[in-house]
Amino acid sequence: MYQILEHKTIGQNIHKMVIKAPLIAREAKPGQFVVIRSYENGERIPITICEKDPQMGSITLYIQEVGKSTAKIGLLKKGDHILDIAGPLGNPAEIKKVGTVVTIGGGVGCAITYPETRAYKEAGNYLIGIMGFRNVSFKILEDEMKKVCDELYITTDDGSYGQKGFVSDKLKEIISSGEKIDEVLVIGPAIMMKVISDITREYKIKTIASLNSIMVDGTGMCGACRVEVGGKTKFACVDGPEFDAHEVNFSLLMKRASMYSEEERLSYEKFKNER
Amino acid sequence: MAKNKERIDMPRQEIKERIRNFEEVAIGYTEEMALLEAERCLNCKDATCIKGCPVNVKIPEFIKFVVEKKYLDALKKIKETNSLPAICGRVCPQEEQCEKSCILGKAKKPIAIGRLERFVADWVSNSDIKEELPKIEKKNVKVAVIGSGPGGLACAADLALLGYDVTIFEALHKPGGVLVYGIPEFRLPKRIVEREVEYLKKLGVKIETNVVVGKSITLKDLFESGFKAIYLGLGAGLPKFMNLKGENLLNIYSANEYLTRTNLMKAYKFPEYDTPIKKGKRVAVIGGGNVAMDAVRSSLRYGAEHAMIIYRRSRQELPAREEEVENAEAEGVEFHFLVNPLEFIGDEKGFVKQIKLQRMQLGEPDESGRRKPVPIEGSEFLLDVDVVVIAIGQTANPVLLNVTPEIKRNRWGNIEVYDEFGRTSMKGVFAGGDIVTGEATVIQAMGSGKKSAEGIDQYIKTGKWL
Ligand SMILES: Cc1cc2nc3c(=O)[nH]c(=O)nc-3n(C[C@H](O)[C@H](O)[C@H](O)COP(=O)(O)OP(=O)(O)OC[C@H]3O[C@@H](n4cnc5c(N)ncnc54)[C@H](O)[C@@H]3O)c2cc1C
Ligand SMILES: Cc1cc2nc3c(=O)[nH]c(=O)nc-3n(C[C@H](O)[C@H](O)[C@H](O)COP(=O)(O)OP(=O)(O)OC[C@H]3O[C@@H](n4cnc5c(N)ncnc54)[C@H](O)[C@@H]3O)c2cc1C
Ligand code: SF4
Ligand code: SF4
Ligand code: FES
Repeated sequence: MYQILEHKTIGQNIHKMVIKAPLIAREAKPGQFVVIRSYENGERIPITICEKDPQMGSITLYIQEVGKSTAKIGLLKKGDHILDIAGPLGNPAEIKKVGTVVTIGGGVGCAITYPETRAYKEAGNYLIGIMGFRNVSFKILEDEMKKVCDELYITTDDGSYGQKGFVSDKLKEIISSGEKIDEVLVIGPAIMMKVISDITREYKIKTIASLNSIMVDGTGMCGACRVEVGGKTKFACVDGPEFDAHEVNFSLLMKRASMYSEEERLSYEKFKNER
Repeated sequence: MAKNKERIDMPRQEIKERIRNFEEVAIGYTEEMALLEAERCLNCKDATCIKGCPVNVKIPEFIKFVVEKKYLDALKKIKETNSLPAICGRVCPQEEQCEKSCILGKAKKPIAIGRLERFVADWVSNSDIKEELPKIEKKNVKVAVIGSGPGGLACAADLALLGYDVTIFEALHKPGGVLVYGIPEFRLPKRIVEREVEYLKKLGVKIETNVVVGKSITLKDLFESGFKAIYLGLGAGLPKFMNLKGENLLNIYSANEYLTRTNLMKAYKFPEYDTPIKKGKRVAVIGGGNVAMDAVRSSLRYGAEHAMIIYRRSRQELPAREEEVENAEAEGVEFHFLVNPLEFIGDEKGFVKQIKLQRMQLGEPDESGRRKPVPIEGSEFLLDVDVVVIAIGQTANPVLLNVTPEIKRNRWGNIEVYDEFGRTSMKGVFAGGDIVTGEATVIQAMGSGKKSAEGIDQYIKTGKWL
């Protein structure tokens, strides 16, 4: 059992949770995730470790409500317990000093780019952050990112905050301004990652994406999370979750992520009706 | 009363009913049946059956107690060498082990040793009798067991009985290994595994779930925090795929995923449980072992109209236990023999809809002595499917080993051990079960766990390594 030390709802349906998990707090590195099962009948879902505090023995997660499992977690209060948390899982991000790095987050994906942005900064890079949200009510982590980025840009689809448009528009702008970019990290909806990686491929800019495939165990035992990278099958949970974006088969990723959409809808509606 | 001569059949759920539920198929002997079966035993002086059992259960002695209706004594006798009788009685391939070596097997049917073992364990647990716990002299020496499959559970039990302070670390949220995530409820009810785990806890064994050793904590950390020896029972947890075109289409599962969703996550109770699974009307399971039988029989229970086995050799070569094949046949599983998949074909949304298969014929025997399947040119054909499960085997789970180069592995990725106790190339670390042998059986994993417990005790007492 893992106690919730803090729970804040930030942005629309995004929950910031600080949870007591000393073993995980000690070992976690940027890019790694945990698998959570919040109650006895629950499913196992992966969530990225956004921050950790080894002294406090705590980890911080940002969870966006998109279906039943995340909605149930959202209902938990400070002092409540989460039944199971396993981790840290996946490979830590490979973060080196390369020069100028652009990190691009879409929605809750910003919770994943944030710790890596910080690590890139600590490694001595020049950091340009781009954060994209549907509208201002989904905005998260702006202040935190401001502290670690040399330049920070925010886009919203409807223009309700920052620049109107998509993160890809902003990236193109930066590239055409003549800025030399050495590495791009992109985390968000698969379609966004695909669009970004199509742009950077053209300019031969090394690009890393974190793949959000469906997982069960998260330890390499089931193969639910398989993705295609460079024409080869990989398990996102143990071989990733980060891969060279130019090698990723995004269309397969998107299809596989929607495999249970019917069942998920049923489950979520039933849950909302009972609530 | 005339002595019974015939082997007593196992009562089972009616086929019509059982293929629509996940309840246990074999109902178990009644007391009357158990007594009739037990009295067939000749109580041989030089009992050959004992040698057939990998942990040498004292078979004639426990059966004698059954005849005398002293079930608790029978259970104690079994538990002298086998700490998980309710499980072994259900899932051991007895026809290749104890029962194969029963003297009665020559002229007629061997004693149903497994069924009696199960009866004894169930009888005691259903009675009011409280199994008294053995007196344990605590040693205050910490030992870690990684993995809670049958190997880890058996090793932990023996170490606890020897007085060690044992902690099991398990990656998943429930202890039991394949017993909870792989073998279906209809063959091994999960409450039975829970019962055995509870017993371990009563012996003082601590169980830490959600700890992925190698990720959450390393072996070095464990030694540094005071553990004196470590047993690795990691299992063969990495599913094999075939590297065929279309293998990542939607609704194509590894057997591990299909069975984990079903057993560990209880997808058959969706939406009461949150984990979904694709049920499918035409389900093809590729492979012919026990795992394939478990998957295909699960698919029937999910309501498949065609639950199919795709196997590249013939019925004779099926590696699954005969009993499981018979059960599958009786339940209406369709067997496609001498066919091999070449490719999976999907619809526009990416869901699998057909398998391209090729017919095979049997050629010369290969190294394993089984006749090798040879493709017949030009025999390709298409089979309509909506769910596919790939059950062609598992290899070593690499999560821990990848970060522990001190532990040598053989060319199959399994841990290399240097003596009968499972000593590895890393001092203080023992290993056993599927991670050493490759996929084997519950009782073999248990046997090796017990052997390692012995080795660990010796090592801690003497400090001697290789
Ligand atoms: C490595 C990794 C890190 C992630 N980190 C975060 C994070 O920090 N914050 C966050 O809010 N979300 C994160 N996610 C996504 C999160 O796991 C899903 O949103 C969550 O599982 C949805 O569950 P649900 O029941 O609420 O929704 P559902 O209605 O079940 O599903 C909604 C969508 O989520 C995806 N999904 C469903 N089940 C799973 C599953 N078992 N595993 C993975 N994806 C699934 C599917 O694409 C599905 O269409 C991460 C995913 C991965 C793979
Ligand atoms: C579907 C199926 C049906 C079977 N049917 C039968 C049968 O009828 N009869 C029979 O005798 N045998 C059967 N077997 C084989 C039998 O189950 C195995 O041989 C046996 O379970 C092996 O035991 P084990 O202790 O070595 O490991 P496992 O049972 O595989 O358990 C290993 C455990 O270690 C954990 N683990 C792995 N890595 C780590 C880590 N780094 N940190 C923490 N924990 C870790 C895993 O999560 C797992 O729980 C079947 C197998 C399968 C898959
Ligand atoms: S443990 Fe298995 S092999 Fe040994 S006697 Fe019992 S059923 Fe037979
Ligand atoms: S060999 Fe058969 S008959 Fe003889 S003791 Fe063993 S089980 Fe009984
Ligand atoms: S989630 Fe099971 S192998 Fe990756």
